[in-house]
Amino acid sequence: MNTLLAQSINLFAVVLLVLAFAMIAQRRILTLIHLFTLQGASLVAATLVVAYLTGQSHLYFSAGMTFVLKVVLIPILLHRVIQRLNVRWDVETLFNIPTTMLIGIVLVIVAFNLARPIAGLSTSIARGTLGIALACVLLSFLMMIVRAKAVPQVIGFLSMENGLFFAATAATSGMPMIVELGIAFDVLVGILILGVFMFQIREQFDSLDIRHLEKLKED
Amino acid sequence: MHPLLLVLAIPLAGGVLLALLGDRERAGELNAGVSLATLGAAAWLTAVVIRDGPLMMWGEQFFVDPLNVFLVTLTAFVGFTTSLFSRPYMRVERDHGKMTPGRMRLFHSMYQFFNGMMLFALTTNNLGILWVAMEAATLTTVLLVSVYRTAASLEAAWKYFILCGVGIAQALFGTILLYLAAERAIGGGDNALLWTHLAQASHSLDPGIVSLAFVFLLLGYGTKVGLVPVHNWLPDAHAEGPTPISAVLSGLLLNVALYAVLRVKVLADGALGSGLPARMMIGFGLLTVVVAAFFLSRQRDVKRMFAYSSIEHMGLMTFAFGLGGPIANFAGLLHMTVHALVKSAIFFAVGHAAQKAGSQAMEDIRGLLKVSPTVGWGLMLGSLAILGMPPFGVFASEFLILTTAMRELPWATPFLLVALGVAFAAIFSRVQPMVFGETALRPLAHPPALLPVFIHLGLALMLGLYIPPYLDGWYRQAAQMIGG
Amino acid sequence: MSLAGLFAQLLAVVLALGLAPLLTGWINQWRAWLQGRRAPGLLQPYRTLHKLFNKESVVAENASPIFRVAPYIMFGSMALACGIAPTLSTDLPLAPAADAIALVGLFALARVFISLAAMDIGTSFGTLGARREMLVGFLAEPALLMVLFAASLISQSTSLAQIVETLAHRPFAIYPSLAVAGVAFTMVSLAENARVPVDNPATHLELTMIHEALILEYSGRHLALVEWAASLKLFAYSCIGLALFVPWGVAEADTPIAIVFAIPALVAKLTVGGVLLALIETINAKMRLFRVPEFLATAFLLAVIALLVHGLLGA
Repeated sequence: MNTLLAQSINLFAVVLLVLAFAMIAQRRILTLIHLFTLQGASLVAATLVVAYLTGQSHLYFSAGMTFVLKVVLIPILLHRVIQRLNVRWDVETLFNIPTTMLIGIVLVIVAFNLARPIAGLSTSIARGTLGIALACVLLSFLMMIVRAKAVPQVIGFLSMENGLFFAATAATSGMPMIVELGIAFDVLVGILILGVFMFQIREQFDSLDIRHLEKLKED
Repeated sequence: MHPLLLVLAIPLAGGVLLALLGDRERAGELNAGVSLATLGAAAWLTAVVIRDGPLMMWGEQFFVDPLNVFLVTLTAFVGFTTSLFSRPYMRVERDHGKMTPGRMRLFHSMYQFFNGMMLFALTTNNLGILWVAMEAATLTTVLLVSVYRTAASLEAAWKYFILCGVGIAQALFGTILLYLAAERAIGGGDNALLWTHLAQASHSLDPGIVSLAFVFLLLGYGTKVGLVPVHNWLPDAHAEGPTPISAVLSGLLLNVALYAVLRVKVLADGALGSGLPARMMIGFGLLTVVVAAFFLSRQRDVKRMFAYSSIEHMGLMTFAFGLGGPIANFAGLLHMTVHALVKSAIFFAVGHAAQKAGSQAMEDIRGLLKVSPTVGWGLMLGSLAILGMPPFGVFASEFLILTTAMRELPWATPFLLVALGVAFAAIFSRVQPMVFGETALRPLAHPPALLPVFIHLGLALMLGLYIPPYLDGWYRQAAQMIGG
Repeated sequence: MSLAGLFAQLLAVVLALGLAPLLTGWINQWRAWLQGRRAPGLLQPYRTLHKLFNKESVVAENASPIFRVAPYIMFGSMALACGIAPTLSTDLPLAPAADAIALVGLFALARVFISLAAMDIGTSFGTLGARREMLVGFLAEPALLMVLFAASLISQSTSLAQIVETLAHRPFAIYPSLAVAGVAFTMVSLAENARVPVDNPATHLELTMIHEALILEYSGRHLALVEWAASLKLFAYSCIGLALFVPWGVAEADTPIAIVFAIPALVAKLTVGGVLLALIETINAKMRLFRVPEFLATAFLLAVIALLVHGLLGA
């Protein structure tokens, strides 16, 4: 049973990676939010398994916190924001989707290579997944770059944070509790601020196209 | 009642209070009062540290040593003087219709929270909490940068949030890697991220992990310092918000970010012993100085120009700390102090000048000496100070940095000199017409608070001529600890 | 080559020929039920084949020999594919030919000939269908190859029989790379078998049809063979998918009695698979044609991820 559980961590990690790819390929913002919620859910599942297998009780608490924040609160906030801003579709990308996915594959290879020596040094039960965590972070970064609208950029930002959290669980079996509380608090406040922000942008420009926000350039 | 508790609690309590009362007529005075109380607590803390030496508090979670004690007092001091400046400044803004009551409440409460978060970041011993506080400090100012709701300020705030957010995420990854290294060397748990423990055990940290961690941490916290090439957010964010915010962002937050880099550098030097951190900091610092100087000469907005000047000086400081050794570190620490004082003084003067002219474009501001001699002289002297004219403190620190560079890294010195020269020419040539000549400007409704400008410049002058013994002692001890 | 192996081989081919229309009928029934319609009856495909075989085959005057020969080639290669996929037993005389790459080649052979035949007459529908079929095939083939490579990494061999034996021997474990490869395989088989969301097998709208456009000109016994071959293709894909990802129940070499148990196991797996396919078809809407390359690119990339993940995790 325990070996199956240990293997399921790998499965959750791969699900995380596939969801990160799926988010790059998505056009509909509503589906993006659902994918992000799924990502949060698999993150919670992976943390719970690590908590059970290593017996670190503070990981249960951090899994609970992640659940409340990333699976419940933030998706609800995002839903309300997009409902009030009336954004559903986003057909604006800088590159077309197959090209973006190819770049994503290259980033995954880079991340796996980068993480290999470090994973060998870790003693965590989930150390093999450090490469996947780093790949998720890089893919979210890619998503932020190629999207031209505000909401997908924000979701990319949050998904990067998911990847980092998973990296912490994978590499080190969880950071100290107080640090995780602080990070969660920062994330929540950050989302609230971003929500307010998007209203302000919409008010000013009547659109959430980020390319309106590129006027302050060097001349 | 320990002074450290007061130093941390007063700004936070003040923030809550001002969230409720920030739109009243006397809110500016209340804000200044809270900042004065914080300054008093910081002074008391400093006295305790002078008397007793470095402090470790509350289960080793907070640590005050020569490196951060003067930064704590500096932050509290500049926070206080800026609050004095913001009192009449925000009154004028309100009269011009740019600040609604809601925005005033937001401004005052976030100002105090911002100060509180910076003090938290400076005094914490836990690297994870340091990250949390840095990010919180950014978050408190994001909405302030966009408070005027113009297209340019929204863009500036968005870039600020996103770019700094990405940077800080890299710093988080670096922190996670450090935790990994710490777990292997000294065991995990809540104390594995305590800087004091890590500094003691730094030789047993795995070099591979630590070098990768340092790269991420330098890039991450370096984004907040304003190092090229991750500096894009800085000119916009510093130029678009209300001037008090520009002053504290340029003067204080950049210092706190550099402080975080220094703490990590000490750990990396202990673990690696190879000089990689030093080389990276020298490289980024030099690049920053040169690029910033050239961009500076092309600016037309006065606050953007001085924002690029901040980038240039932070690059110079990074370069100095990269050089290492007792003299360069001493110079870097001195530069941190005087730059904060002089840059905020410049922003005070510039803020009032822009208010008089109704615009931040330099061609609209003319003849300040005629309409308001104090603003004009403040700007003139401040610009001379920041450009490194003796006998202001900036000259002393730049001189020490340049001589050390000539001795140890001779090929870098021409770049530095050229960059400093370009900046000198640019700023001087722009400030001259702003200060001298005829004017079409008219005085402001509320008398500007220019005492802070001259207090800062006076302090910078004093530090150029004479450094008090305890400050000198802290600089030396901190320089030794930073090592290199 | 053992007697039991030969027997298993013949049995596999006969079973495939017999069961393939039944599988198609089962899927059609479930699609009808899920969509709230009355089902046409489980044995309807047999009746259709019977009817078609008894009808006269009308061939255009300017048809070349390719037109007449193509259905037979298609039927033959599909039957061969069904025969060499390890459906019942891994001890097949033709097992050495059951290499992943050879299988892809068989499917490609069938595709080439049917496309040529469709273009042969010169009608616009035929050419339309041929071009679309080639588009799908061009993108699906590398994806399929990648999936087969990813699945073969665990057993270090591209022989399907080898893969089945290796996986069935190991204790049950979660292989994330296989899970991802399985999803990619499902996407590819949806595209190759002309199923929703890539192509509606029941449509005759020129805007949307791919497979139907290819066979529009056929009638009588030719049409019967082509329809049978299409069912065989679906059967073959299902069996390959089951062999790669759900290999338990297949008889090992040297255990001829196990074949008796392998047949119910196969039927059970196909039953469940058929229901799942009907479910997928009902839930999804058909994609617009220009989205199909993205769909297949996603399948390809998922397979690449499966490869990379295997390299990283060793699983």
